[in-house]
Order: sequence, then C-alpha cells, then structure tokens
Amino acid sequence: MQQLFRVFFICVLFLAPSLAQAKTFNADTFTLENGLQVVVIENHRAPVVTHMVWYKFGAADEKQGESGVAHFLEHLLFKGTTKVPDGQFSNSVKKMGGVDNAFTSHDYTAYYQNVPRASLAKVMEMEADRMGNLLLREEQIAAEREVIIEERRQRIDNTPQAKFQEQIMSALFVNHPYSTPIIGWLHEMKELTRDEVLSYYNTWYAPNNAIVVVSGDVTAAELKPLAEKYYGPLAVREVPRRERPRPAPIVAEHQIIMQDPRIGQPVAMKNYRVPHGSEAMEVLAQILGGTSTSRLYRALVIEQKIAVSSGADYDAIAMDDTTFSLYASPAPGSSIQQVQAAIDKEIRTLIAKGVTLEELNGAKNRLEASFTYYRDSLQGPATLFGRVLASGMNIDWVENRVDRIRKLTIDDINDAIDAVFESSDLPVTGVLLPQIKPAPTSDKGEKK
Amino acid sequence: MIRILPAIFALMVLAAPAFAAKDKVLDVQVLKSPSGVEAWLVEDHSVPVISVNFSFEGGLAFDPEDKPGVGRLVSILLDEGAEKMKSHEFQTKLSDNAISMSFTAGRDAFYGRLQTLSKNKDLAFDLLRMALNAPRFDQDAVDRMKAANVSEIQENMGEPGWLVARTFNGMLFEGHYYSRPGFGNLESMSTITRKDLLQFVKEQFGRNVLKVAVAGDITPDEVKATLDKIFGTLPEKAASVELPATTPGYPGKTILLPLDAPQTYIIAGGQGIARTDKDWHASVIMNYILGGGSFNARLMKEIREKRGLTYGVYSSLTNMRSADIIQANMSASNEKVEEAVRLLKESWAEMAKDGPTAEELADAKSYLTGSLLLQLTSTSDISGALNDIQRDGLGPDYINQRNSEINAVSMSDAKRVSAKVLQADKLAIILVGKPKNMNVDILLDRPPGMEEPKADKQ
Repeated sequence: MQQLFRVFFICVLFLAPSLAQAKTFNADTFTLENGLQVVVIENHRAPVVTHMVWYKFGAADEKQGESGVAHFLEHLLFKGTTKVPDGQFSNSVKKMGGVDNAFTSHDYTAYYQNVPRASLAKVMEMEADRMGNLLLREEQIAAEREVIIEERRQRIDNTPQAKFQEQIMSALFVNHPYSTPIIGWLHEMKELTRDEVLSYYNTWYAPNNAIVVVSGDVTAAELKPLAEKYYGPLAVREVPRRERPRPAPIVAEHQIIMQDPRIGQPVAMKNYRVPHGSEAMEVLAQILGGTSTSRLYRALVIEQKIAVSSGADYDAIAMDDTTFSLYASPAPGSSIQQVQAAIDKEIRTLIAKGVTLEELNGAKNRLEASFTYYRDSLQGPATLFGRVLASGMNIDWVENRVDRIRKLTIDDINDAIDAVFESSDLPVTGVLLPQIKPAPTSDKGEKK
Repeated sequence: MIRILPAIFALMVLAAPAFAAKDKVLDVQVLKSPSGVEAWLVEDHSVPVISVNFSFEGGLAFDPEDKPGVGRLVSILLDEGAEKMKSHEFQTKLSDNAISMSFTAGRDAFYGRLQTLSKNKDLAFDLLRMALNAPRFDQDAVDRMKAANVSEIQENMGEPGWLVARTFNGMLFEGHYYSRPGFGNLESMSTITRKDLLQFVKEQFGRNVLKVAVAGDITPDEVKATLDKIFGTLPEKAASVELPATTPGYPGKTILLPLDAPQTYIIAGGQGIARTDKDWHASVIMNYILGGGSFNARLMKEIREKRGLTYGVYSSLTNMRSADIIQANMSASNEKVEEAVRLLKESWAEMAKDGPTAEELADAKSYLTGSLLLQLTSTSDISGALNDIQRDGLGPDYINQRNSEINAVSMSDAKRVSAKVLQADKLAIILVGKPKNMNVDILLDRPPGMEEPKADKQ
C-alpha cells in the first residue's frame, strides 16, 4: 500500500515538467443547467466530506443604510422551511455527528457542513431546500436581531482593537462599501426589518448565484447525480450585477488615533489600499513582516529594541481592492513616534534597495509549503476555492498559484514595492493608545 | 495529467481510508526506540507532511511559587537558539524550510508540537533535539521574550474573555498551584532569571513523564531512530513535585471584577467528575445535551434562541490531574446578565431533576459517535488526539472502543450523573463587566495573581 503511494508521487514528479502547469489540488468542476457551479476536491483519507455553499453576495452588496443585512440573513437561514422546521437543520447535522456553521464577508456568504460521507446527500437536500423555501416569522426576526446585536457587542464594541479597525477601513475605502463593517453599524442593525431581509434573500439566493464546493471522500462522478437531483430543480433567477462604486482617491494622509483605557499595548499601523490578487505583494508582506526573521522584526525588535512585536499583512483574495498593512507595538520606554519613524525608514530602504534573492527564496518556500499544509486538511482547500470563486476569480487562479509564486523575480517584487508604497493613494496611519494623553504631534510622514 | 488521474484515484480508493485498517477508526502503532522511548504512530503517506505532538507531565507545578511564568518563558524561548545556533539562525532555518515548532506551558503538562514537510524532516527533528537538549537562553533573547510576554500580559488585562478566565482560575483554586497565572505577572517578569529557566528545563524534561505521538508521512523505523535522537539524551527522570488534589472553591458565591464595557463576561463553574469515574462517558453525554456546542443544547435554546440574550453559551467538562470541573461560559449585555444567569441556573436545576429526554439521549449518542472521525481529518488532529489519550492514561486502542462506551450509557446512567454533577446552587459565578441588578458576594479590584512590580507601581 505504501509503495503504491510512492509510485504516485514519482509519477507526478516525473510528469510535472512536461505539463504547462502543475496543479496543486486537482479540483474538478461542472455547472448545472440552472447555472449552479459545483467544485470537487478529492481527499480519500477518511470517509468524511465538507459540503459548502457560497453565495456571491456579501455585505458590500447591501444598499446604503441597511448595513448588516447580509450577515443577519446568514443567521436567519437557520430559522426553518416547511420541510426542515426551525432548529432542525443543525439538529439533523448534529445527529449525523457533523458540524455546521456559516459566515459572511464583504464579498460572500457561506454555509457549510462537515459530515460523514454517507450523510452528504442529506445535507445537499437540506441546503438546496433553504436556498428557495425560507420561512421567516416576525418573532424569529425579533429574537435573532438581539443575537446579532449581542454578537456586535461581543466582537466589536467590547474590543477597542476591533472598533479601531472599523475606523481604518472607513478611511481607506471612502465611497466604497468595504468602508462599512460586515456586521453593520449598530444603529442600522436595530432597524432591519423582515421585509428588507426577505427582499435580499429573494434577490441574491439563486442557484445561478451560488457555488457548491465539496472536499473529501467523493468523486465528481459520484457527486454530479446528487447535485442534479437536489440543486437541479431550483429555478434560475435574474440576479443583479455586482457593481460597486470605485473608492475615492486618498489625496491627504490620514492619521487615525484612538485612545481607550482598556488598551494595554499601544500599536502603530500603516495601511495602504492596493489591488487584490497579487502574489508579488504576498511575497513582499512575507519579507517585510511574515515571520520573526522578516525585516520589521529584525530592525525594530531585535536590532533597535524599540518594539515588542511587528508584522505585515496582505490578503490577496477580494473582489475589489484590498489592504496592505504594517504594524508594530513599542517596547517599554519607546514612543509610538519612534516606532512610526522606524517603520518609515524600513519603507524608504525598501524603495531604495529592493529585496535580496535570499529573502525572495525564503518567502517562496514558505508560501509554497503552505499549499502542501492546506492539503493536509479537509476543510482548508474547500474554503480556499470558495473564497476565490465567490470573489470573482477562477479555479486556475488557485491551481496555478504555486507556479506563479515560483516564477516571481526580484523585478516583480520591486514593481510591487512601487505599487504599494509609491501609489498616488496615500496611506492611512493608525495609532492605538492605552490612555488619554495629549494627541501626539504628527510625525513628518513621508514626502512623496 | 488528466489521463493519469483515474489510475491514481483507483489506487487511492484501494487504499482508503488511509488512516485506518478496516473496522478501525485509527490504526495506532506502538513503537519503542532502542533506548526505550515510546511513541504512538498513525502512518499515512498521502500528503508529504509529518506532525508530532509530545508532552511532559508537570506544567504549572514546576513554576516556582513566587515566580509564575517560568514555564511560559521557556515555552517561547526554546526556539530562540540552541547549541551553537543563535536565535536568528535558528529562526531562519525554521521559517525558510516552513517548519512549525511550538511549545505550550499548560496547567498539567509542558507540550510541544512539530510540523514539517517530510522532505525537511531530518532538519526539523534535529532542530527539535537541539531546542530540548541545549537551549541557549541568550540574554538578549530572554529580554526580548520577556518584553513580548509583558506586552501580552498588558493586552490581556484589557480583554474581558481573558480576565474572566483568570479570575475563575485564581479564585476557584485559591491557594493551589492551579491558581497561578500561567503567563506570569508583571512582578515575576521582573524577577525571573536565566537560572530559573535552566532549572525548569532540567526538572521538567524527564523521559519518565514524556509521551510522544506522531502522524503522517513517516515509517515506524524512521520514528524509532528519531525518538532516540531527539529524546534519548534527556534526563531519565523529571524532578518530583507535590501535586495535591483540590476541589473548586467559592460554591454558591457570585464574584465580580468590574470592567467598563457594554457586555459582561460570565463563567459559572463547580465540581466536575473524574476521568476515571465509571460515569465519565455518561457525563460527556450530559454535557452535550446541556450546552456542548449544539444550537439545540438546552442552554443555547433558552438563552440565545428563544430570547436573544447572548451570542453564545457553552458548557464544558475539564479533567485535570488534581481537580475536575464543569463550567459554562457566555457574555451578555450588562442589563441582561441577571436574566441570563437565572436561566442558566434553571436549566442546570431542571436537568439535575429530570435528566435528559429519551430523544436528547439518542441524539447525543448519535452526534458523539458520528463526530469522532470528523475530528481526525489532518495529521495534526491525529497526533494531538493521540497525545491526549496517552495523557489520560488510556490504551492505544481506546479510540477504537470509545464509541461503544458512549453507546453503552443508559438513561439511568445519564439521570444519575446529572443529579450528581449539576448542582445549580453550588455554582460559583464569575462576572467581568458592569452587570445590572446582580447581588455580588465578593467584589475584586484586580484579577487574582496579577501583581505589579513592587518598585515602580503607578
């Protein structure tokens, strides 16, 4: 048995050079007549599956003044249909030994169940049922509205860091719906009505606006008849195009300061609005702040000893623009201004000298390995494909990602440095402070 | 490629499920190295990844009483340089080869976790050997990690979820080593020295308290050879420390740590049930029905689904070496705390009085038995689960017998254990926030155990 597996790996290694591109997951896909796309990622380690439904509808598709409705609808999808009454969806999944949950982002709403393979048909039947047959009573809406308000209090209002993040997004994405928090503004959440929620459900929850992703112990050939049986009968509906206003240019440098007695550790951030989907920016974020060998950590924490932590983030997967962020927390005895100046100095060095081949190769290795680690999990690959497809990119974009990362050159990274740090859109600086102090005098910033 | 695929998948179907032989959840191999180090292995070559989880029994008890947080500092310093390799070189080896190595100083054990691509396994194992046998604890690394830990303590001090857990442990285990703050406090961070760290390593890392679990792309022979390399030169015995048994204190009392926030965080807790008790599997079923994670659990139904008083409420059983507890956690807007706590106690009392319904019992068994495989889908899930089973003192075949233990629980078992364990009037209630209309027995002004340095108090 083990020998067979070795043969399998040798085959792939041998074949790889002759192929245009080596695919990472070998996902299979087909589309039903009603437009529902199905993606299968096989993994036969154990007789279990992850079944996910992704709607190409998220918080950024809400109308102004109705913030939080996408996430509210996500909660209400568990409130029952004629066939599967309130509470019975999750109850059925639990009886299978499974887990189910759902989540909402700016770009998508997703529902999933991890269940034994034998229960796949049943969860597909229930998920297809609630795509078209949701019943909502007024008293269910009232109780669940309280739940999402408690969720906002727990996740955001009780956490100064989260409130701070909301303010930064508001500044980065002026005139674009990413500026509105996914969970909604509290005053608008309180006003959401049954009619509003249902109108979004009727508009966006259609088979031609959904993607089913299944990973685990099943093949496309086995899945297709099940998908046709359960999702096939759902009627095509006209779904609006997701056209969002373009964000306004950021011509003045913003500094957002928040002070809260519950902040134990000050933080300085620098946030840039940048295009999505860039592997070069992903590598750049790794080099700048991905690990404790990265530039910011070495300079600020190890060498200058002015910070206790630092990092950089870039999330490539989004429909519209995304953020590139740098951050650091000052060490005792160092000021937030010292840390800000040191971050700016690293940026200037980066612009002037670029990155080294060593740095590039280390980052490539880490990113490439992360895809192998993905394959070690059941739900990881399904989530990745769902996010990418629901954000408007395609399967090849995922499958060929490792290849694109491998081919990146120092010139590509230098182009990314220009795109992030010399963009005409200025950064939004954030300062989170523990207590009320006189506002720090603004640092010199960078002359562009 | 496409033509090749069907053949490959045919092979995989033959081999499936890769983790287990027929009729078994997992095929666990028990291995012993030439020098006597034991490990459990679940072999699986379908993805080129290896996960290792190991533990040294001990944990908090090995922190000096006046210096909590020594184990915590050791856990974040072991990968900051060893033998001749200084911090930067060690970290570069880890990150450039995508090796993940981490340590946790837990309440009852010091844990380690290693994950690597199989092509980098020799390097990964060698780095782990160095970290355990010859950590450098260079002064600059010690200072840096102390500063990072102090920063984390300061951040935690503003986080209600952390504060409520700290208060719960500090109060319910008052006077016992379980009350010590695992991260240490500002005072201990100013007094711990390199010598304390070396002492901890010397006392804690003994082979007689070591348990090792491995899963993934590695053969039994490779594991055996590796065990000796990594662990073979550690001291044969850990130091012996006293581990007195204890029971949770403050039964029936309500304890408040005020915090200016819109929501109050709540833990209700009391005496649980021992892992060795014959009713333990019955208690797992009871907990699932009461608040073990389902939307249909009683607490969730009463407090969230019907009334929207909280975003989530969960109960759990915890078995420690020297104590057993049951607890429920939730958070609610300050004006809703009184009602939420009252409903929690009512659910507790009702279940104690009548036990579960027949339907609830059947549903719980169905979930608990069906979910086992779903918790074992990655190599790190498996090595982690094996290490837990080892630490519980159970055999390598437990995972294959566990479902029949669950199925054997009768209604009278479930009723008996509910009546015994669920004592609503003996729950200690810990609150962090600004709750309205709550009768408070003990009002705290700071979380227990979080002393500041004596010299420069603000």
